[in-house]
Amino acid sequence: MPAVNQVKYLIIGNSAGGIGAAEAIREVDRVGAIAIVSDEPYPAYSRPLISEYLAHPYPVEKMLYRKPDFYEKNKIKTILGEKSVGVKPSEHTLKLESGRLIKWQKLLLATGGAPIIPSMEGMQLKGVFTYNKLDDAKAIDEFLNKYRRTVKAVVIGGGLIGVSVTEALVKRGVEVTIIEMKDYILNTILDTEASALEADALSHVGVNIITGHTATKMNSHIAGEVSGVALDDGRALPADMVIIAIGVRPRLDLATSGKIKTNRGIVVDRTMATSSADIYACGDAAEAYDFVLGENRPTPVWPNAYEGGRVAGLNMAGKKTEYAGGTAMNALKYFGLNIVSAGLVNPPDNTYETIIARHNGVYRKVILKKGKLAGFAFAGDIEKSGIIYNLMKDGINVNDYKQALVADDFGLASLPEAAWRAKLAKPSASAVLITTTEPPEEPIIGD
Amino acid sequence: MKKVFVNEQVCMGCHLCEVYCLLKHAKTKDLVKAYKKESPRALSRIRVDESGIVSLSVRCEHCADEPCVRACLTGALTRDPATSLVTVDEERCIGCGTCSLVCPLGVPKLDKSLKKMVKCDLCQDEEIPVCVANCPNEALVYMEEEADVSGVARDARR
Repeated sequence: MPAVNQVKYLIIGNSAGGIGAAEAIREVDRVGAIAIVSDEPYPAYSRPLISEYLAHPYPVEKMLYRKPDFYEKNKIKTILGEKSVGVKPSEHTLKLESGRLIKWQKLLLATGGAPIIPSMEGMQLKGVFTYNKLDDAKAIDEFLNKYRRTVKAVVIGGGLIGVSVTEALVKRGVEVTIIEMKDYILNTILDTEASALEADALSHVGVNIITGHTATKMNSHIAGEVSGVALDDGRALPADMVIIAIGVRPRLDLATSGKIKTNRGIVVDRTMATSSADIYACGDAAEAYDFVLGENRPTPVWPNAYEGGRVAGLNMAGKKTEYAGGTAMNALKYFGLNIVSAGLVNPPDNTYETIIARHNGVYRKVILKKGKLAGFAFAGDIEKSGIIYNLMKDGINVNDYKQALVADDFGLASLPEAAWRAKLAKPSASAVLITTTEPPEEPIIGD
Repeated sequence: MKKVFVNEQVCMGCHLCEVYCLLKHAKTKDLVKAYKKESPRALSRIRVDESGIVSLSVRCEHCADEPCVRACLTGALTRDPATSLVTVDEERCIGCGTCSLVCPLGVPKLDKSLKKMVKCDLCQDEEIPVCVANCPNEALVYMEEEADVSGVARDARR
């Protein structure tokens, strides 16, 4: 294939955001040349599935986010396994590591996030891993394959990535200790009670959780290899391997190279456009609109990346569209415990109202501000949580039926009639549906 | 596309739609066996939501803006361009529940034994969906949807 030197649409990043954009562009523009550049060598794969890959034999083909013919069918050129090193907005060019320049008319920075690496002694030791992409899972898999005995692992960070890698390691027979700096695990997406349920599930399979402490350095008894972790209270935890799972931060180097405005993430408006003309950003790299907070912030979750990418793509192709916004949202299923949460799960001050129900091992919590939903968490039974999420997203005042939101029998019928009618599709011949509120009555003739 | 609509005024909340949906997804074709012998019991893709005298038979509406397809982490949920049907590829579904979290009706259900999400496929091998065929009160109708007159603004809303 001849080298790509010039395209109409150039997308950097081959994950949820990049694919969302490419699909949206093709809805509007069937022919304009699209190229996707990624430093990863694989076709788009589902990043959350790296734990399935690590946990048990799970072929890479099954991890693919789109069908194998996706790129060909959509006429998308790919430049995979090559790093992008610089953007020049004034010249509309991207420079690759090889030195090659690509000219573009519209550019999308869907560069994702990179693991946060603490500045701590021993980070370069063998046996220390990050956990963010397929190659990380492959490296850990290879490491584990060398052992014939039980492996001990320390996972630094009790967030989503930490718990996710822990589940996979446990399935591989590894003894895991999680170190979480804050008081409880998953503290950015769960409240203490839902977190405790998750912690129970982890303890049940033998995971050791240490909260309220941090690692201060990696210990090494054999030159070049990690042998454990030193904690801030002087404890030494022996380990064959250490996973750094503190979090991810937006990858901003490309944006910075082009002097594009960044804050915590790349700054975008509601059309996902950056401060630089013809350049858009989305996903974990950007800070897009959060409809709960009413302001922009990074919400690094897969569905928001896709949605933001989609809006960016539509705008790149000339179809003016506004991003409705996303918020923090997660569906977890670690160790058989299903939990969903979205928005704020820990109210920041006392202007919020919290309603909680615990029943038959199911935990439901909703958080309201001025009668509108600001967040919720459901554990043990996630059914119908979508109704709550959309009431929150649509900014509906739920004050009149707020207690019903956490009830076991909550459902569409719990909403006011106008609200559930609006949610249900209507048939082409509306006349077939009887919508009068008063049923026809026949005169009752007395006997 | 043809969809199932509920005639709420004549739905009595008998749950037969759920019963026949469960049977449709059971291994056996015998109602009693499906309920009493099959373990785990098959799951109905339909839910009847009730409050007071209101009862609503709720299922996937294969909606045009497909929030579930867009949110799916693995690409297991797709829309068939030919039939407009939104379906779950069980091979690729990991049962995380993200689809259910973003669904305005909250309809995708977790099959706890399979660890997969399940939802209505409008009984592709039947002339009309079994819930409609077995509704004793014609509270369920199977027909074309009202044309979407709102047009462009859908992306902005979701």
